[in-house]
Amino acid sequence: MPTVTEQQPIAEDVTLLIPKRAMRARPLFDPPIVRRAIGDSFRKLHPRLMAKNPVMFVVEVGAVVTTILCARDLATSAAIAGFTSQITLWLWFTVLFANFAEAMAEGRGKAQADTLRKTKTETTARRIVGGKTETVAATQLRSGDVVLVEQGEIIPGDGDVIEGIASVDESAITGESAPVIRESGGDRSAVTGGTRVLSDWIRVKITSNPGETFLDRMIALVEGAQRQKTPNEIALNIVISGLTLIFLFAVVTLQPFAAYSVASNGSGTVPTVTVLISLLVCLIPTTIGGLLSAIGIAGMDRVMQHNVLAMSGKAVEAAGDVNTLLLDKTGTITLGNRQAVEFIPVGPVEPNELADAAQLSSLADETPEGRSIVVLAKQQFNIRGREVAEHEAHFIPFTAQTRMSGVDLDGRQIRKGATESVAEFVRAHGGKVPAELLEITERISRSGGTPLVVADRSRCLGVVHLKDVVKGGMRERFHQLRTMGIRTVMITGDNPLTAAAIASEAGVDDFLAQATPKDKMDLIKKEQAGGRLVAMTGDGTNDAPALAQADVGLAMNTGTMAAKEAGNMVDLDSNPTKLIEVVAIGKQLLMTRGALTTFSIANDVAKYFAILPAMFAATYPALAHLNIMGLRNPESAVLASVIFNALIIIALVPLALRGVKYRPTSAAALLRRNLLIYGVGGVLVPFPGIWVIDRLLGVLHLA
Amino acid sequence: MTANGIFQIALYFLVLLALTKPLGLYMTKVFQGERTWVHRLLRPFEVALYKLCGIDETAEQHWTRYAGGILLFSIATLLVTYLVQRIQQWLPWNPQGLGPASPDLSFNTAMSFTTNTNWQSYVPETTVSYLTQMIGLATHNFFSAAVGLAAGIAVIRGFARHSAKTLGNFWVDMTRSLVYVLLPLSILGALLLVSQGAIQNLHPYAKVATLEGAVQTIPQGPTASQEVIKMLGINGGGFFNANSAHPYENPTPFSNFFQILLIFIIPAGLTYTFGKMVKDTRQGWAIFAAMSILFLAGVFVTYPAEQSGNPILTKVGIENTATATQPGGNMEGKEVRFGIANSALFAVITTDASCGAVNAMHDSFTPLGGLVPLLNIQLGEIIFGGVGSGLYGMLLFAVLSVFIAGLMVGRTPEYLCKKIEQKEVKMAMLSVLVAALSILGFSALGSVSHFPKDGYINPPGATTANLNNNGPHGFSEVLYAYSSGTGNNGSAFAGINANTPFFNTTMGLAMFAGRFLMMIPLLAMAGSLAAKKQIPVSAGTFPTHGSLFVVLLVGVVLIVGALTYFPALSLGPIVEHYLMQDGKLFSLLLNPGVVWG
Repeated sequence: MPTVTEQQPIAEDVTLLIPKRAMRARPLFDPPIVRRAIGDSFRKLHPRLMAKNPVMFVVEVGAVVTTILCARDLATSAAIAGFTSQITLWLWFTVLFANFAEAMAEGRGKAQADTLRKTKTETTARRIVGGKTETVAATQLRSGDVVLVEQGEIIPGDGDVIEGIASVDESAITGESAPVIRESGGDRSAVTGGTRVLSDWIRVKITSNPGETFLDRMIALVEGAQRQKTPNEIALNIVISGLTLIFLFAVVTLQPFAAYSVASNGSGTVPTVTVLISLLVCLIPTTIGGLLSAIGIAGMDRVMQHNVLAMSGKAVEAAGDVNTLLLDKTGTITLGNRQAVEFIPVGPVEPNELADAAQLSSLADETPEGRSIVVLAKQQFNIRGREVAEHEAHFIPFTAQTRMSGVDLDGRQIRKGATESVAEFVRAHGGKVPAELLEITERISRSGGTPLVVADRSRCLGVVHLKDVVKGGMRERFHQLRTMGIRTVMITGDNPLTAAAIASEAGVDDFLAQATPKDKMDLIKKEQAGGRLVAMTGDGTNDAPALAQADVGLAMNTGTMAAKEAGNMVDLDSNPTKLIEVVAIGKQLLMTRGALTTFSIANDVAKYFAILPAMFAATYPALAHLNIMGLRNPESAVLASVIFNALIIIALVPLALRGVKYRPTSAAALLRRNLLIYGVGGVLVPFPGIWVIDRLLGVLHLA
Repeated sequence: MTANGIFQIALYFLVLLALTKPLGLYMTKVFQGERTWVHRLLRPFEVALYKLCGIDETAEQHWTRYAGGILLFSIATLLVTYLVQRIQQWLPWNPQGLGPASPDLSFNTAMSFTTNTNWQSYVPETTVSYLTQMIGLATHNFFSAAVGLAAGIAVIRGFARHSAKTLGNFWVDMTRSLVYVLLPLSILGALLLVSQGAIQNLHPYAKVATLEGAVQTIPQGPTASQEVIKMLGINGGGFFNANSAHPYENPTPFSNFFQILLIFIIPAGLTYTFGKMVKDTRQGWAIFAAMSILFLAGVFVTYPAEQSGNPILTKVGIENTATATQPGGNMEGKEVRFGIANSALFAVITTDASCGAVNAMHDSFTPLGGLVPLLNIQLGEIIFGGVGSGLYGMLLFAVLSVFIAGLMVGRTPEYLCKKIEQKEVKMAMLSVLVAALSILGFSALGSVSHFPKDGYINPPGATTANLNNNGPHGFSEVLYAYSSGTGNNGSAFAGINANTPFFNTTMGLAMFAGRFLMMIPLLAMAGSLAAKKQIPVSAGTFPTHGSLFVVLLVGVVLIVGALTYFPALSLGPIVEHYLMQDGKLFSLLLNPGVVWG
């Protein structure tokens, strides 16, 4: 991977759902990609490839016809030859520009595939057969084989660790340089072919056949080799092909209509085939026709830039339609660990005494909760962690039986832990548990936190309030999702009380407490029965059925193979929050298509005003009233329209590749804004555009 | 424009607005099988009809069976009408001893009445017997409207239902259309027209002596009863050749007001029925609003264009401005009793809806005044439109609008909680394509085809020889004819001799395409929509009830319509308008022997 940035769960600018930074970002017009795309634009002229795109195929056929006419005009040195040859040239440019847009979109994926391919070097594997190992080529491995991989070796294929533990460098796949732990059992057993074992050894049961590995699929996906048109794209293609046919009728019948007019009026000539083809090309939706596939590919590419591997374009499209997001609490909504947020002393105890005791008892506590107590004491009371070795401290670790931990030092016996356990401890030492303490712990529990009682032998000191900390900016994000009409449901194993408290703090719309995998599945099915599309993340094997059931299932790369197989996307960063970004990218993809379709159709209005008066200038000079742009002469008017039509495609390539600007607001607000920009703008822009080209043609003496 | 004229137009619109909800509510109840206060009276008839025809009232039909029923019924009645015309010489009630109508004319007429077009290529008095009039043509005025209404209701059900396989029962919907909507309203309407002086008798033609001493024959007949279904069923075929300009058909200003109200009343009511059935009346009002904007825009282009008259005449010193004693403007081809405002209003309404009745000659309108009726038809008869067909035509555009712009909100387009996907889009595009191909393709044939003079196909020879006018106006006549046929309107720009095998056949095909190749894809779309799940509404849902959607819908209708027909229109009325401004005139081609149909 060329560039790598660290995980960044939350966008800096919370008003943007898609963070500005993009992983592996290449400049939009990377010179090598541009060079390759230019070459590809010509290769794509092959009629067999062009026929897949009916709109541009019509333009190509038109260009072939005018080329023949141009050759005839040149051979006969007709006066019109200059005009015909310029039209021909621009028609070919129109086709090439559309091809270039598609090639550019593909080029970015191809460049990425090349990088991936380099990592897919020929490896050998040590296959274990009947207790012995034999060395075979990685390509000979079949699903079900067991291989041994040791330090420094490359894992020969996808599989599950069945024995051992190792740190693995997965940067070839994820771009993330920090090694990850892979071990047998549990949810961290999946390994990917092409990654390297950095330390220790593992036995791996291979789960895929050659050519079907994750790396192979990844290469195929980014390259777009298996790209299938998405449902929406097909429907849109039907509309623009239908419009192309309608305009074909309109232009083809214009010839007999003109013949009637010429005969009836006794003046002028019927428009030439070149002019009719020019009108046709200007009217058919070439802008969206030329950019449609580029938009789709670029959308997939944008997902890839966020280090998410979408198994199909359909999944990305579905992400835009999602109505309900199921988000796991831990790691997605909260930081994943409870943290100390408050010291609440009881009775005459001073807060700093409580903090000091709590910190002392936590000095050897390596759990995140323990560390957060040390940090909080330092922040609030400036009590520093001390070197306790000289005090002959004896640390008591937490066990499931005692349900408390602590330290014995300088004759003190400090304990912290669950209310009941510590109360027991205090009473056992002859102390009394004040009623106030129980009130405090009760209150904390009700608010969704966890109370940690601190005592010194018979003295109750107070309570440390541990709390699930909601990630920064999540509330705003959920609010944005709500304005976009997306419900968020928090999934947690917590009891309903705790779940409700965190749900309200995070601002999610609903929660599912004490959730089992079955509950999760039932929830998805219930939502889907109501016509909603559901997106979720998951990593464990028991998530797999739900991931498969959900319309968008984002599996974590750290998860099991079963989860990765079940989902239709894999997040290589294993950051569940990214689901929100994926949804935003899906929406952006659909919006870009809609915007360019609207723009393309709206553009036609101006072209009529340019071409129709030009066509019938000799037959009906009165139609000059329609020449509201004041174009200089008929040839220039037609040429300027064709040139504008071609240039607008190339001008919109960056928009097609980057996607239209997207801010999370309601559908009504989005529609108003986009209709204004792409609808009204689409009607207006061509007028000055064609006028300027017309004048330039005059200055350059081209028409 | 005069204040009086504007007042009358405003009054018309307000009355229409007031009637939309009550009638819409009534139709909702009728088609959902709920009882209304008229059921006590009419329910026995309905039940008797089911018994007689062996219809199971509760049996629901898949869209294919529904469409099959429509086709079966239409083709059967088409064949009967064709046959009756061909063998009328052997049948009773033919005192004039009229011979069989020619095959192409019989085909054209049968198709015309079956498709609710009522294009009249024939001359009634000299072509069709009383029997043909009664069982061949008059019945279709009811049947074709009932078929349209049934299809409209079926399409609404497609949007309203979810996870459903069926769209209702065609035979039941058809029966209810007749028993509860068309027949009762026709009876009441006929009485009202008679009260205004429309004739309803079986008298022989009256012979009277004129002031100059000549003898004039004045036709009689059961006019009022025909007149009301002509308007209510949006048929448009007049009892007399002069149609609603004839004093026996349309005697008073009030009857004129009542007639144009009858045209719009069912399509307007259906917008409310639609809203009610999809359980969100705002959706129905949004469709109503889009239709109203297009309607009023048409009126306020046509009316001023007619009122400002012809500048060429002004130049030669003819008074063009309205005064207390004269209407001013372009009065050519208009009935003096109705004047400019009511003629313009009537022309816009009759072409917005696929009615085709006229109280003035569209051929004599100013170019811009004539452009509006032509464009109205070409937009697909969706501005209130035909009975049932107007609503489903507009819904087709709603689906297209949602698809084109809906993606801009970042979701798969939805309309009324249903995803608009491949199948819906395919069917919508198919309908639009068929209309464009029929109008443009046949007009192209009609404007440049050459046939042997005095041959069978087109005796005048070249198709241009069938025209009365030269230049752009002649072209408009051809374009108008095929637009009218495809749009199932039936009005004519006149000036074209369309009773030849060529025109009869091509017009017949255009009418068929415009009716059934629009209706069947729409039913297919409805069938597909009915089967879908409903998606709950959220803030992310594309809103289709607000003013933004109304503007979008109007924009898509105009842009798709304008983009398709603008080139053709620019060679017809548009250039004619500029030529008139520049003072250029064209000679009239006088074709001796041309009888206009």
